[in-house]
Amino acid sequence: MNDLIIKGGRVIDPSQNLDDITDVLISAGRVESIGGNMPSEAEVIDARGKVVCPGFIDLHCHLRQPGYEQKETIATGARAAARGGFTTVCCMPNTSPAMDNLAIVEYVKTIAEKEAVVRVLPVGCITRGRNGGELADMQEVAGAGVVGFSDDGSYVNDPRLMRRAMEYSLPTGLPIIQHCEDPSLSADGVMNDGIIATRLGLCGVPNAAEEVAVARDIILAELTGARLHIAHVSTAGSVELIRQAKKRGVKVTCEATPHHLTMTEERVLGYNTNAKVNPPLRTRNDVDALIEGLKDGTIDIIATDHAPHTLNDKLCEFGNAASGISGLETALGSLLALVHSGKLELSLLIAKLTAEPAKILGKPFGMLAVGAAADITIIDMDAEWVVYAGKFASMGKNTPLDGEKLKGMVIATIFGGKIVYQE
Amino acid sequence: MSGKETVSQAGESVAWRHHHVLDVDDFSTAEIELVMQTADAMKDVLSRPIRKVPALRGKTVFTVFYEASTRTRGSFEAAAKNLSADVVNITAQSSSVTKGESLIDTLNTLEAIGADIIVMRHPLSGAHYCAAPYVKANLLNAGDGWHAHPTQALLDLYTMRRHKMSVNGLKVAIVGDIKHSRVAHSNIWCLSKMGAKVTLCAPPTLLPAGMDDPQGRFPDVNVTTDINAALQDADVVMCLRLQKERMQSGLLPGLREFTSGYQLNKERLALAKPDAIVMHPGPVNEDVELAGDVLHGPRSMVNEQVANGVAVRMALLYLLSGSKEL
Repeated sequence: MNDLIIKGGRVIDPSQNLDDITDVLISAGRVESIGGNMPSEAEVIDARGKVVCPGFIDLHCHLRQPGYEQKETIATGARAAARGGFTTVCCMPNTSPAMDNLAIVEYVKTIAEKEAVVRVLPVGCITRGRNGGELADMQEVAGAGVVGFSDDGSYVNDPRLMRRAMEYSLPTGLPIIQHCEDPSLSADGVMNDGIIATRLGLCGVPNAAEEVAVARDIILAELTGARLHIAHVSTAGSVELIRQAKKRGVKVTCEATPHHLTMTEERVLGYNTNAKVNPPLRTRNDVDALIEGLKDGTIDIIATDHAPHTLNDKLCEFGNAASGISGLETALGSLLALVHSGKLELSLLIAKLTAEPAKILGKPFGMLAVGAAADITIIDMDAEWVVYAGKFASMGKNTPLDGEKLKGMVIATIFGGKIVYQE
Repeated sequence: MSGKETVSQAGESVAWRHHHVLDVDDFSTAEIELVMQTADAMKDVLSRPIRKVPALRGKTVFTVFYEASTRTRGSFEAAAKNLSADVVNITAQSSSVTKGESLIDTLNTLEAIGADIIVMRHPLSGAHYCAAPYVKANLLNAGDGWHAHPTQALLDLYTMRRHKMSVNGLKVAIVGDIKHSRVAHSNIWCLSKMGAKVTLCAPPTLLPAGMDDPQGRFPDVNVTTDINAALQDADVVMCLRLQKERMQSGLLPGLREFTSGYQLNKERLALAKPDAIVMHPGPVNEDVELAGDVLHGPRSMVNEQVANGVAVRMALLYLLSGSKEL
């Protein structure tokens, strides 16, 4: 592999408080040097006027393989990740069969090794078959390299089983990634509870369905000392519960998605099934609380919850439509609106996509340090583009942003020194 | 009748512009007026010895009911037949829905068979909205989930107009299971547009969320849990059917308590204006939401609503068909 120079970009690496216009030299898949003399014999990417940062890490996405290859495969999901600037993605275990044992985890790793253009790290199940009945083989799959445990899509509803899962996870040192949703409070709900649901005659999911679950699991994390990571936080009340828990020293971290940070329930008007997602899009008050949580550190990271579906999964009655947004390829573009409008500092946004998720993973990714793997994303902050879902690398074209104009795009993604996406 | 134009209050001529009827929320007052006037003409047809006109001769109307119904379906079928349309009735149980066919595919199939107008009821809110962009036939909503029941709202309005000088300024109390009622939802839109003052009354668990929304995404209504306050000086009292399953899902402790707190009976009706009328979309749980003696009393409009329903549905089928013949 030739040496590669990324020339003249604004290099931002929150892990080392770096924000400088300089060159990056990549050699043998690693960052060789930042600044200083550059060799004359090398491939050059002109990054003048662009932002150069560590490749993004997505702690939460759905790659659907095995079992739902009509929605997405590891290969297509990884290409979508590369287009979105992600060089590491963690795939959720709600596959079919579920990733609750060594064989399936090994299968996913093998396919990823062969077919994925970026790093794919599997998440294992908490309970066998994600049924909420008995524990999955957590220690065995931990040995195979899963990065956490989750029944995502379902809440582990039995508090005693959740307590046991947390205790059992302790020797692995890995987080329990909980989808917080009290199923009896969310019941038949398909969107946020409130005036829009009333207007549309749809059954609402109250904020309390999430908050009751968040509160319970914080208490259990406190009891057991286990690491708890709360997936896709969507309500102001959850942010406050997590803020207080962190103050008490509970080992809790959490994520928010680009869609919950940038969209409200109004998107559902007209029965837009592409805006149907779980947890549902909430109100402006909740969105503002999430942004505040990002700024004060209550919300540790941004994760996409990329949830690809087929056209027919969404082209139906709202109540019958699948939940989820295909989010990898619009994540940065939509999030940069928060930067352009002055609500969020660029370096903080990058930290939430790089250094912070790396901390939760406990792995040396998400940094541009000399000697680190050359996982790099290059961003044009000002390029305006129109989302055209038909051109997604993801098989899931399900996005409420189709046809909308975004400002700021990924123009190149480098994984292990190799250009895996270039605009 | 001279074509399908009417003269609105402002004096301009109003043409029918709806390809589908999904709800009344996108109807202007002039369009509602057009439906009312067309229904008057249909009422006239219904008063003749031979209640049949050739307006929809050669047209085929499909009724597609994914949910049980006797009166709405029967009313639509009678309305279509009075207009000389051919009528085909489909129920979900007897269709390929049970074989996994999608809603859009089912409706396209009916078009291929020859449906000109499709009258559909569906248990999921918004089902018609998902299908409408893919359907060339005229789609007429006969009720979707908790969302809308436009023909019921229009026939309720029609009935009120036959008994009251004007709907503008009328105090209408809607009592019962508001939260799960598409009838209430469409009535709120229709009545508010026509200037009525609507009061909703139910126990807290049967009231919809967010009605005090400051952003005005829903018409302004009064909301109360006190039936006496709701009925005070009302011109119209509309009771809604209480589904038995509301008790099982923990929304109410039981029928007895609901009845004692929210039933419209003689004593409570005395709080309304002396000439107040009583309405119910049916079917009535007699002696639950509506006391038998009120239901069968002189102020009950329940049977007249059903009769007017045929005229209003004839009017909508006629307007949708584009026919000029009556």
